[in-house]
Amino acid sequence: MLSRVADKIYWMSRQIERAENMARILGVTSNMVLFGTKETREQNLLAPLTITDSADRYFEQKKPVTLQGLVDFLALDPDNPSSIYSCLRSARENAHAVRWQITSEMWESLNTTWLEMRRVRRSEIAGAGATKFFDWVKDRSHLFRGVTYGTIMRGDAFNFSRLGTFLERADNTARILDVKYHVHLPSVKDVGGALDHYQWTALLRSVSSFETYCTLYRDQVLPINVAQLLILERRMPRSLAACFDQVTQAMERIEGHDRAAKRLASELHARLTNADIEEIFKDGLHEYLTECIADMNELAVRIQRAYLGTA
Amino acid sequence: MERRQKYDEMHAADGGVRPHFGPVAEWLAQTPASRVAEKRREADLLFHRVGITFAVYGDEAGAERLIPFDTIPRVIPKAEWDELARGLRQRVDALNRFLHDIYHGQEILKAGAIPAEQVLKNAGFQKEMRGVDLPNRVYSNIAGIDLVRHSDGKYYVLEDNLRTPSGVSYMIENRKMMMRLFPELFERQTVLPVEHYPSMLLETLRASAPPRVRDPVVAVLTPGQYNSAYFEHAFLAQQMGVELVEGADLFTKDNVVYMRTTSGRQRVDVIYRRLDDAYLDPLAFRKDSMLGVPGLFAAYRAGNVALANAVGTGVADDKSTYPYVPEMIRFYLKEEPILANVPTWHCGRPRDLAHVLENLAQLVVKEVQGSGGYGMLVGPAASRSELGVFRKLLKENPRNYIAQPTLSLSTCPTFVKHGVAPRHVDLRPYVLSGKEVKLVPGGLTRVALKEGSLVVNSSQGGGTKDTWVVE
Repeated sequence: MLSRVADKIYWMSRQIERAENMARILGVTSNMVLFGTKETREQNLLAPLTITDSADRYFEQKKPVTLQGLVDFLALDPDNPSSIYSCLRSARENAHAVRWQITSEMWESLNTTWLEMRRVRRSEIAGAGATKFFDWVKDRSHLFRGVTYGTIMRGDAFNFSRLGTFLERADNTARILDVKYHVHLPSVKDVGGALDHYQWTALLRSVSSFETYCTLYRDQVLPINVAQLLILERRMPRSLAACFDQVTQAMERIEGHDRAAKRLASELHARLTNADIEEIFKDGLHEYLTECIADMNELAVRIQRAYLGTA
Repeated sequence: MERRQKYDEMHAADGGVRPHFGPVAEWLAQTPASRVAEKRREADLLFHRVGITFAVYGDEAGAERLIPFDTIPRVIPKAEWDELARGLRQRVDALNRFLHDIYHGQEILKAGAIPAEQVLKNAGFQKEMRGVDLPNRVYSNIAGIDLVRHSDGKYYVLEDNLRTPSGVSYMIENRKMMMRLFPELFERQTVLPVEHYPSMLLETLRASAPPRVRDPVVAVLTPGQYNSAYFEHAFLAQQMGVELVEGADLFTKDNVVYMRTTSGRQRVDVIYRRLDDAYLDPLAFRKDSMLGVPGLFAAYRAGNVALANAVGTGVADDKSTYPYVPEMIRFYLKEEPILANVPTWHCGRPRDLAHVLENLAQLVVKEVQGSGGYGMLVGPAASRSELGVFRKLLKENPRNYIAQPTLSLSTCPTFVKHGVAPRHVDLRPYVLSGKEVKLVPGGLTRVALKEGSLVVNSSQGGGTKDTWVVE
């Protein structure tokens, strides 16, 4: 497959997944700011900026951090390259460039998403409308992934699409989990309290895994279990381990002489397979996740170099 | 060329239906208007969904439009087509021989059949192509020859397109659409197939590979998704099962061309390029070209890659070279031309210019290098001020223009707002030259949808029709 075509398919899939994750993060944030003290509210509002590495950019605007401000910036801002709006636009542009190498259903799905996004009014996603909008973004992403899985030939177009989807998802899960580190609780006595419980639950809901948690642990929401679920539990489709099952599968199917990217992918996969959550906690969850995010970033660089040409 | 009543493809002068149009006329009379209208809406929807669109220059970037598709076919009897096909093969053969000659021995210039300056000073003449030997000595592997039928009932060649003629995808898609919408029409008579064009094209391209290559790798080179004919580039690549590449997908090393793929570099032997000469290679032609491949021309000259069409064909399809094509046929083939040329005045010649200026309101004036209906004056349809503008242009730069009598293009019944009415049509068959010269029975019929209009170009509001050659 031409590198340029693979590149567009990979990024198209990353961007739609990124839009979905952004909707998840904003969805849970808009819920969390309804609770807690003034201080925790402020921290919760900062979380989406921390997760997406875009705090500096936000503060350049010299605007206070409010929910509406976040929605404007992270969902609707056409100049912010990681806003939902921009992700849907780029995904559609990439699809347009390769519409003869993907199925017409895939193209139509992304094209329709973009046309609908353009019709969205700011006033419609204020207050209660926000949830509806975030749900719509998630639905469009689910639809696209389903259409892709159900229609495209099993070949490099499929492989690079899967690679993009699951690398992006793994990165997001790691960042969402890591943000707990930044959101300090007001005092030590709150650990394990109602507020803490609420925040961990919200985190689980943001990655659609509250029900899975209940099924697997039948216990109150404990940080170590949440980390186990989101990092190591292969049955949870948004966990790092589950994402890396998909990443390594896709990498194995891709033909090519590259070793560097494939080796790193298997290394990361093996590390996730053999890890122990108690040890991770002993050495520090934040340190572990920071390393994961850096390694995934390095993997993306190597994939770009080996298959997709310089970005 | 005397002027008489217009020639209608369906109706003879006495109003009767020509026999080869019988089944279509009968079907038109029997089918209720509401059903036809419904089918036309269905066609629009299908074209949109499949994405058969074209971009229009000057519109918002990337804006896409449908080319209007008319559901009444244009029918040509087989005997008439066979004669046309003979004429087309003859003409393209002579044009290819001409191109080989002017880039080698220049016999035709030595013999004085064509003035040397007409060729050597032509902007389309590529000096770098002198002495370059091409597989099968073919320069224009894919030629689109524009034909019109005058009121005398005869076909005339209006223009040769030897560089990157487009439109063939519409020929194929129009047929698919007609078969899908009106299968019953195809039961009434035998329509010769055109759908094998892509496989004929692939065969032609593979036959044009550098001689040492056993199993040639073919690619289609496009300027990219914002090009007006991008749909066609993608369509043909997909139908032939070859890669659709952009300039940045290719690179050269030691005079060999490679594609960048996910499993490393892959050698390319034949490039069906839909990119003008000027943009092919920034090292050889326009330095600012972002669309081309540095080093491509050197690899080409070294014989390591074939380009279809070849570099330097523009000199032969230039409107100022056009009047000499009958001479080429006589010179190289020792035959009389089967297809007629339209009488043409060369504004570069003082006597011709005087005639043109005097009769401007009756003539069609065209820019020598123009295409797509841009830079052209249709005298009888022009306003006073438009005539004035061209008068000035002609005096300033006469060599840049040719003039022809206004042909009364034949008409074909066409759906318009208020029913069916005659509209002017032309015909572009596609001639393929590899080891041999061949073509599918049919071509693209373009129709001027505006009443009385003679401009059929899609960029100027023209539509298309399915073209049937019937037994």
